[in-house]
Amino acid sequence: MSSPEKWTHPGPDAAPATAAKPTAEQVIAGLRATDEGGADLVQLLTPEGERVQHPDFDIDITAEELRGLYRDMVLVRRVDREANALQRKGELGIWVPLLGQEAAQIGAGRALRPEDMAFPSYREHGIAWTRGVKPTELLGIFRGTDNGTWDPVEHRFHPYTIVIGNQVLNAAGYAMGQKFDGKVGDADGEATICFFGDGATSQGDVHEGFVWAAVYDAPLVFFCQNNQWAISEPTERQSRLPLYQRARGYGFPGIRVDGNDVLATLAVTRWALEECRQGNGPILIEAFTYRMDAHTTSDDPSRYRLSDELELWKLKDPIERVKVHLVKQQWADQAFFESIEAEAEQIAIELRDYCVNLPDPPAGRIFSEVYAEGNPVLEAQRDEFLAYHAGFAGGEH
Amino acid sequence: MAAPTMDRSTSAAPAAVQTLTIAKALNNGLRASMEANPKVIVMGEDVGKLGGVFRITDGLQKDFGEQRVLDTPLAESGIIGTAVGLAIRGYRPVCEIQFDGFIFPGFDQIVSQVAKLHFRTQGRLKVPMVIRVPFGGGIGAVEHHSESPESYFAHTAGLKVVSCSNPADAYWMIQQAIDCDDPVLFFEPKRRYYEKGQVDTTAAPGPLFESRTLRTGTDVTLVTYGPMVRTSLDAAAAAEEEGRSLEVIDLRTLSPLDLAPVYESVRRTGRLVVVTEAPSESSISSEIAAKVQQECFYSLQAPVLRVTGFDTPYPPSKLEEEFLPDLDRVLHAVDRSLAW
Repeated sequence: MSSPEKWTHPGPDAAPATAAKPTAEQVIAGLRATDEGGADLVQLLTPEGERVQHPDFDIDITAEELRGLYRDMVLVRRVDREANALQRKGELGIWVPLLGQEAAQIGAGRALRPEDMAFPSYREHGIAWTRGVKPTELLGIFRGTDNGTWDPVEHRFHPYTIVIGNQVLNAAGYAMGQKFDGKVGDADGEATICFFGDGATSQGDVHEGFVWAAVYDAPLVFFCQNNQWAISEPTERQSRLPLYQRARGYGFPGIRVDGNDVLATLAVTRWALEECRQGNGPILIEAFTYRMDAHTTSDDPSRYRLSDELELWKLKDPIERVKVHLVKQQWADQAFFESIEAEAEQIAIELRDYCVNLPDPPAGRIFSEVYAEGNPVLEAQRDEFLAYHAGFAGGEH
Repeated sequence: MAAPTMDRSTSAAPAAVQTLTIAKALNNGLRASMEANPKVIVMGEDVGKLGGVFRITDGLQKDFGEQRVLDTPLAESGIIGTAVGLAIRGYRPVCEIQFDGFIFPGFDQIVSQVAKLHFRTQGRLKVPMVIRVPFGGGIGAVEHHSESPESYFAHTAGLKVVSCSNPADAYWMIQQAIDCDDPVLFFEPKRRYYEKGQVDTTAAPGPLFESRTLRTGTDVTLVTYGPMVRTSLDAAAAAEEEGRSLEVIDLRTLSPLDLAPVYESVRRTGRLVVVTEAPSESSISSEIAAKVQQECFYSLQAPVLRVTGFDTPYPPSKLEEEFLPDLDRVLHAVDRSLAW
């Protein structure tokens, strides 16, 4: 890996940006850092749409299944782009784009069984989709009307976690519970999967999650989406070692998969979950991918990364390679692609309508469900506030 | 109130009344909860074979097994963060933090996840877990072993915070905290662990989140909790010899604060002294002083006074007797209040 000093943006004392065009060496170093996943990368579908075999992780996929994965990816990308646009129009306070990570999320999400449990970070809109969470239910947290409204028990999809890495320990505990409940080692086994980013691997909670899961043999798949950037900090700022190799130090397997390859991600995650159900967990998967957009809509990636890098990764687009493969295999025709586009457009319309019509929550929401068993001090404060609130003309709760 | 109180010691003791230390009462309480509910698990550093550094969990792993009494790796965020996952899964974890000053590595999980998951999910997730914290000074320990961090947690919505001061409360309150569907920070007065008292294991306990008047009086109200309850009761006994009648209220619950008995008392005595080991700045004692002046303004004959630890780091142990409120400092505050 290259030293980040060689290719990050010039410091404040450097010449103006217009004069600080990166050298060829800087460009090459930057591309190398984010281009190649290395010899250990598991890949089943090349960026050119060619199906390749892997001795350990090959997968049988039908035309219908691949069309389904394609549909998933197109729809979640459309949801993502619509939400991004809604933020730009002021309808959402912020959005966390998933653009470029559709294959990592759809591959992992579709590897899950209904009884498995998933712990997301905050960019897992694709995982939410595979868990049956409606895209509209993602909006509350970003519009500021609530903190995410899906039922985590019904969908077996935990609330988004904003504090980096917290959910890794929560997932480790949940997986310990699955094991204590005897849900590991037989046909109706369960597993847990936990999503986090490359930046999160620097957090103590992630390290502790690795330790806990390892020493308690928890059925937990750690799914790291290495999208190369933790806001403006490159992976080289998080680790000297490729992230998947860290697993070895904790005593469990680590695998790097092409995160832009939905087939490889599906195959590797399916394998890892099954290992966990059989009692051979935990396992770390590093999905080597790329965040094509900003970290959030508040971010400006042009300040810290090179446009060449983005252009290169566009050639590895997770959706285009499946489309090419479907066409080459004659598994899909123009009518199919058009029908998916139409479906995506319909979802976008529904998302937009839902978003702009989402009512502000009643003032009483501030006080609701803070405690499971109530709190008289808080209840008195609530009553006083609501009485005050009701005193205004047209005041309502 | 049906729960045993200190002045019940003179009454005829039924068979179920035992004389126990606070430490043993906690141990018995944990055992009772674990027997009653197979989902109750105990977890922490050294809680298994060793029985905890204070032996509060002594013998539990032997009887309930390694899956219900977990000797964990040494990381407080890990203990609390995994307990969150276990609680979501349907368990009722009881985490032991070995010493007060070690809770801070777990602070993030407590305030970011433990406290907020119920609110964030509009009640769809409950986090019924207990975090036990041996707290306070007076045992001659090295730094980070004698602190009183309870105000940090009382300041955080979503958490409940309690502190026991005697064996009967220790026995019942730990079981009630485990039964509570809200996360409870359970502060144990470690310098009092080996003080004895009577525990009636058959009498139904009073509510967990209520303060209790331990001694009635007419001149000054003392409000306190945890390790300072004994100090305050001793001060009240000493004051009585000087002809002064002090009322002593054990808060027991720090969040929510149950101040109704305090207001009622202050309206009678006109004077309040708050006694805690914690530093005074922005603390539970501050909160009590603020609320009492708000509710009892016309009844007060003197300003609310506080006897607390100082606004310093906890000092080296050779100085802790200077730092900790003692009988004389409490009586001095009583004198000042009465002289107003």
